[in-house]
Amino acid sequence: MKTIKVLGTGCATCKQLESLVRQVVEETGIEASIEKVEDIQEIISWKVLSTPGLVVDNEVKCSGRIPSRDEIEEMLA
Amino acid sequence: MSSEKKVPPSGKKPENISGRIAAVLTATLLWVLVYTHLEWLADLLLDIAGISMQTRFGQALHFFIYEVPKVLLLLTAVVFTMGVVHTFVSPERTRAMLSGKRTGIGNVMAAGLGIVTPFCSCSAIPLFIGFLQAGVPLGVTFSFLIAAPMVNEIALALLFGMFGWKIALLYMSMGLGIAIVSGIIIGKLGMENDLEEWVKELQNSGTAGEGNVPDLRWAQRIGEGVGHVRSIVGKVWLYIVLGVGVGAGIHGYVPQDFMASLMGAEVWWSIPVAVLLGVPMYSNAAGIIPIVQALLGKGAALGTAMAFMMSVIALSLPEMIILRKVLKPRLIGVFAGIVATGIILVGYIFNLVLQL
Repeated sequence: MKTIKVLGTGCATCKQLESLVRQVVEETGIEASIEKVEDIQEIISWKVLSTPGLVVDNEVKCSGRIPSRDEIEEMLA
Repeated sequence: MSSEKKVPPSGKKPENISGRIAAVLTATLLWVLVYTHLEWLADLLLDIAGISMQTRFGQALHFFIYEVPKVLLLLTAVVFTMGVVHTFVSPERTRAMLSGKRTGIGNVMAAGLGIVTPFCSCSAIPLFIGFLQAGVPLGVTFSFLIAAPMVNEIALALLFGMFGWKIALLYMSMGLGIAIVSGIIIGKLGMENDLEEWVKELQNSGTAGEGNVPDLRWAQRIGEGVGHVRSIVGKVWLYIVLGVGVGAGIHGYVPQDFMASLMGAEVWWSIPVAVLLGVPMYSNAAGIIPIVQALLGKGAALGTAMAFMMSVIALSLPEMIILRKVLKPRLIGVFAGIVATGIILVGYIFNLVLQL
């Protein structure tokens, strides 16, 4: 079971990343809980400088850009 | 982990660098070919359609089918270049460079880095706090935050396309100037007490690590450039078409000197009014610049138009509401006041210089 967090205050790019992650999880059948973190203090506690951020199992995988579908698959693997 | 470092992130298709370079070269050649023949193409299309350039409709149409592809081509080129540049500069790297820098040199660097660092306005807060945490002074942080949205690649590409390189350069230097001076003033005022308490506690509490900047290869950098074009140009092309469309209408139908009495250089109050009008407008540069360009042809003064543009782009109400989470009202007021004053001054200076 993976714990996935999408960090972002709710702008278009953050939503795009969230839906992309959900798609990938659904298609690959990975067991995961996906949470969208919008609270600014929690986002900052992950020490990301720019959103959207992607956290998998308590590790920041990427921030400030939307990774490609293949990249997300690899980050979740 | 280190043994796996060489595996390309996309995993499946191996990236072929020579193929990518060939594609970039072909695209560049095509780009130059089309770009240098736009006037001819527009003339030809009007000719085929049998529409005379002497009619108002013909003028408007010619303007439209010449300007839209020109601006889109320029934007694509600039955005692609910036997409590649972004793979070298991350916010983390910028922060590391600015950490502990003194007022003055720090502000100049911050404003300059603001142009090339990837930045989206919804990241303003994490970035703001991340900078302060790592010991970037408050004034230097502000210089970055002012320059990053104001002097952006979309605005510069459009200004270059519609007004020429001199105006684009002027806009850039004025924007940088405002960012640097505003940041220095905010720094000198020592307004650390006007940060929200929880932000103040975080100040200087961390270190400026370089973060995990991926070590990309050139094939991937080119890929990032293409991705940047897709996301930016894909988002703003409609605004450009609409903006140029309105501009074309103004061009063909609004009488000459119509704007002179409203936005002319002699109308002293037009600059503050233009700045005020710009604050609640949250349009991107893509829609505004073509309209402003058309107004200039109708007697509006460049300084007034530029003040309006800067205000729309740099002083946005939604951004201030977001900043309220980390700044007390007094600091937001000072920030908006200083930037607005700077923009108004730039407007007057422009109008004065151009009249001489």
